Formats: sequence, C-alpha cells, structure tokens
Amino acid sequence: MELTEDQLHRYSRHIILPEVGGKGQKKILSAKVFIVGAGGLGCPVGYYLAAAGVGTIGMIDNDTVELSNLQRQIAHSTKKLGVHKVDSAKETFESLNPDVKVIGIKDRISKDNILDLIKDYDIVVDGSDNFPTRYLVNDACVMLKKPLVSGAILRFEGQVTTILPGEGHCYRCLFEEMPPPGLVPSCQEAGVLGAITGVVGALQATEVLKLILGKGDVLKNTLLIYDALKVNFRRVKVPKNQNCPVCSDNPTITELQDYDAGYCRI
Amino acid sequence: MEDVRIDKKINIKGLICPYTFVKSKIAIEDMEVGEVLEILLDYEEASRSIPKSMEDHGHKVLKVEKINDTDWIIQVRKEKE
Repeated sequence: MELTEDQLHRYSRHIILPEVGGKGQKKILSAKVFIVGAGGLGCPVGYYLAAAGVGTIGMIDNDTVELSNLQRQIAHSTKKLGVHKVDSAKETFESLNPDVKVIGIKDRISKDNILDLIKDYDIVVDGSDNFPTRYLVNDACVMLKKPLVSGAILRFEGQVTTILPGEGHCYRCLFEEMPPPGLVPSCQEAGVLGAITGVVGALQATEVLKLILGKGDVLKNTLLIYDALKVNFRRVKVPKNQNCPVCSDNPTITELQDYDAGYCRI
Repeated sequence: MEDVRIDKKINIKGLICPYTFVKSKIAIEDMEVGEVLEILLDYEEASRSIPKSMEDHGHKVLKVEKINDTDWIIQVRKEKE
C-alpha cells in the first residue's frame, strides 16, 4: 500500500514524527479498533481515531441521540436527535475522513454476541457507562487476548487503564467483583462535566495509537486517575493478581456470565 | 570531496514545508541502511530544515549545496531504520 498525495497531506503531521513516519501511518490505516459505546467516551475516542486514519472502526450502541447527550457526546448534533448513535457517529467520522470505514452495530453488547463481535479487531476500547458491560468486556478481552483500553468518567473524575492480556493486569485484578447495584452512582444520577469525557477519551485514543504503532509506554499495570477540580493526574500501580478469577493461570471464570443479574441498565 | 554513490534521487521543487520533509522522509524510509538519497529542492527554508530533521531522525547529512539561483541539493545517507 502506497500513501496517496492526499494522504501525505492529511497525515503530514504524523508522518514527520520519528515515531510514526509513513510506515507507522500505514499501520494506523490498516488497524481495526472496536469501540464499546458511542456516547461520552466513544465519541471522542472514535473522533480522534477517525482523524488519525484508523482504517476500520467498529462501534456498538443500542441508543438513539437524546438532547441530554449533546452536552458531551460530540460526534452527535441537534439535527441527529432520535437517530441511532452509531449511525450518527458513522456519518460524522466518515465525513471527517473518507479513509475510515465505520461499522456500526445497533445492539446491546452481551455475553452471547461479544466474542463474535470483537474477534476480528486488533484492539478494543471500553467506553461503556455501566459495570456489567465493563466486566463483560474485560472478561471477553482476557479470553480472546485482545488489548483493551478501558475508560470511565463520573462528575469531575476520570480513569484510564490499558489491559494487555497475558502481559499485565486486567480489570478484575483491580476490582475483582462488580460493586453491588446502587453503591456507585451512574452519570445519570451523579452528573458529569462534559469536557471530562474529552480528556479521558483523548487519553484512550492516544493509548490505542501507541499500541498500533508499538511506541512508548502504555498504562499496563497502571490506573491513571484524573481529578479535574484539583487538576491532578495520579498513576496508581495495579499489579497482576496471581489469583485473579479471570486472568490468572487457574481462572475460576472460564466462560462469560450473566453480568446483568441484579443490575438495572441505564 | 570524494563522489558518493547516489541510490535514489527525488525532485521536490515547488513543494513547501512540511511537505518537503514528508516527501524526503517517505523516500528514505523505503531505502536500505547505508544507501544515499539526493534531494533537489527550491524552497530555501527546507535547505536548512531538511538537514536538521534528517539528523534528528538519526541519518547522516553528506552535502547541502546551492547549485544555482533557485535550487539546492541535499545528500543524506540512511543510518537507521
């Protein structure tokens, strides 16, 4: 694959970076990234990956665009109210960059479809807004050995971590079990400053691009916590749990479970 | 100065920064370590910025020469992948 003249122009600020170059840009163009959720995090992640030229972006979300989304979900717009989020995001990303093919899936991710959905992708990004999905995505990525860039936001705080199955920690090494329903408030209950989703989503997109390029360090065995009110980034070490129920040598979770039990999905 | 063997020549006259370097970098990426690239250009700023950028990328600049009123020639040896 040779880069076209348009591509040399579009990606010139990448190409002149020693860590990227034409070869790195071709890796980006060949990459396939699956994003769970086309909401607060999925929008900025997908936006920057589309701008970067990630060739195939898969996105799953079952929701339609609502007015209350537009304070933070920047791939959508007022004229897209009522449109499926994945259709809205596909139009936004493909009009930003015709090199990108967006495959939108209007469905809920579940134990029955996730393995099939992610198996052909290189990297998975979790931009979901609930614990059952977070644990489902973690367990599926560990089972398929897919790199996973996980992000979360609430109020004025964000978290990012990068899970490389077989090399580093997984989400269950960090928090072995889901918190009981109701203990951790959702964005719907607690609110979120819209711009935080951009900070965390851009960090996730950056992690993805470094994984594609094979350059720099990623948040392996590390949880990055951003506190917007204090303007503080904190790195917390997360050692791999030798007794982790899913990623240890003798896992007790060997197939995907019914993660929704007891949880109300928002 | 002894003559060096030129393995590839590119003509980037008419281009301005950063495309002068983009084109030069794409050209050298496809070459083998030890091979020499010769760049013909007419954008003065690039006659300074390309050698600097090539050295930042770890390559060896062998020659920067103004050959007439408008054009320069730069020779660079690829030193690493």
